[in-house]
Amino acid sequence: MRLLDVALFASGSLRGSPTRTLLMMLAMSIGVAAVVVLTALGEGARRYVVDQFSSLGTNLVILLPGRTETAGITPGMLIGQVPREISLDDAEAILRSRAVKRIAPLTIGSATLSRDALNREVVVLGSTSDLLEVRHMSMGIGKFLPAGDIHESASVCVLGNMIKRELFGNEQAIGAWVRLGDRRFRVIGVLASQGESMGMRTDELVIVPVASAHQLFNTSGVFRVLIEANSRDVIEQARHEAEEIMFQRHNGEKDVTVITQDAVLATFDRILTALTMAVGGIAAISLAVAGVLIMNVMLIAVAQRVKEIGLLKALGAPGKQIRALFFAEAALLSAIGSAAGLVLGYTGSTIIGQIYPALPVSPPWWAVLAACATALGTGVLFSVWPARRAARLDPVTALARS
Amino acid sequence: MIQLENVSRSFTVGDQQVAALRGIDLSIVAGDYVSIMGPSGSGKSTLLNLIGLLDRPSSGTYKLDGGNVTALDDVQQARVRSEKIGFVFQSFHLVPRLTAAMNIELPLILAGIPPAERKTRVAKLLENYGLADRADHRPDQLSGGQRQRVAIARATSMHPAVLLADEPTGNLDQTTGKEVMNLLEQLVKQRVALILVTHDPVLGGRAQRQIHMVDGQIISETGQSGRAMPAETERRAESGLR
Repeated sequence: MRLLDVALFASGSLRGSPTRTLLMMLAMSIGVAAVVVLTALGEGARRYVVDQFSSLGTNLVILLPGRTETAGITPGMLIGQVPREISLDDAEAILRSRAVKRIAPLTIGSATLSRDALNREVVVLGSTSDLLEVRHMSMGIGKFLPAGDIHESASVCVLGNMIKRELFGNEQAIGAWVRLGDRRFRVIGVLASQGESMGMRTDELVIVPVASAHQLFNTSGVFRVLIEANSRDVIEQARHEAEEIMFQRHNGEKDVTVITQDAVLATFDRILTALTMAVGGIAAISLAVAGVLIMNVMLIAVAQRVKEIGLLKALGAPGKQIRALFFAEAALLSAIGSAAGLVLGYTGSTIIGQIYPALPVSPPWWAVLAACATALGTGVLFSVWPARRAARLDPVTALARS
Repeated sequence: MIQLENVSRSFTVGDQQVAALRGIDLSIVAGDYVSIMGPSGSGKSTLLNLIGLLDRPSSGTYKLDGGNVTALDDVQQARVRSEKIGFVFQSFHLVPRLTAAMNIELPLILAGIPPAERKTRVAKLLENYGLADRADHRPDQLSGGQRQRVAIARATSMHPAVLLADEPTGNLDQTTGKEVMNLLEQLVKQRVALILVTHDPVLGGRAQRQIHMVDGQIISETGQSGRAMPAETERRAESGLR
């Protein structure tokens, strides 16, 4: 029997009982669609987190005051002891490490920004010229903070995109003076619109030289030092040397915490991948259930078509051919079912993507492949028994059945 | 062509052995027209199934065209059935979801014959059996006589050497029954061996060789093998065909 004829015959018998066929396909396609949509969600969450982290910068090592594993409460804080702060000189000293490419100290505070009668509360970020590179920011117009002495408190500022629009509208902002707290600053640049990254909206920031920020907020310590390592390979070395330099500068006290973005990222990546797989696996169970359904219905089909099977045998079909026909039926069902499931799943994830645009929802290729393979596999696997039963039917009794 | 030597077939019912056939010796040559008659339970259908390779004898040998076919495996036996044996059943056994043309085509599909050749063969068979205008009808849209004609066309589509008919007129009225018999008898003239199982003595009487079975044994045999059809039968056969 020719392969095409096997397929045609199988599709003919599927069309012979449309309700049964449709229901089985529905079960199959729901299973496949569930795997596709759920893994798409999991993968979307993973990519969202990874994107957020990499928008922070690449090869990043972060230095923060206080001895903590993550930012939290230290025992010292409970008894009113504040960890020793990181000074600008400390930050500059880290550049001595050969593994470090550049650093950007960060000081954060909030102040009232005003221009003429307009004013609003803004988050002020004190940093240096290297922040632009370290944090992967991009300029809209004008210049970023000037390079030079870290201690120089120039009265210049860079506005976030939204701040500029609120204060200046369509007017020229470069060169204009604004008031930040009790100091006047000249606007030298406007950031390009970038949206949110790690909970900080760069569009609503005002960036000033770190020394100016210290004067503004009357502090001398920095909030974080962002350290960019020379390459991915030396991230660990940069981390270690930064720790070492701080250890020496703080009189042999380990009172800073150095975290690498990579480690955090890898952890999130692992957790979310595992989550995606778990969710996909749960969805795959529904495929197995669909497989059992296929077996059940196939058994009914064999019982219903006993006479036909007997006839095929009488007409010269050996047992293995009968088996092939039932296999083909199951395979066709699963194939069409999974194709429908893919359409359904992709439509579903597109709709979710429309509803939550921030989430990059798209099913990972391995999940799509696994879903289809599981669908086909269970379809064929669960038809082994019914097909064997059909192949082994005794033609005499099969034909005698009324 | 067909040679049965001391063939027996017994079934196990509960813990008892029931003999359906005991020591059957039979030989049939091409162009033979044989009727097997006997009361129900006499083993005539079992004999037919054995000859059709749907069943295997418990003992004895069955030679078809000189080869011992009882020793063949499932695949080889299926091939012999496909190439040499045609079946006509009392209840037609047409596949309900397939059209008349597709039912006739079925043995050709199973044998793996290329589609182009299948098409011409089926068209010719439809023509021969007066079914050309019924080609795209499904069995439930056909009359009993038409259904049996489709079944006969299907049985002959692979040009079998032996045609096995089990009560082929059992579900038909007298007139259509005669028509169907004429069609079958026409095949005998083309050197096909026709073996007809029936409990109807009138129908069985039309064959040149008549075998009577009781209790799994052949009790009497009349007529001769290889003889030409009686003039009366021949005349009727011809007038019955269109």
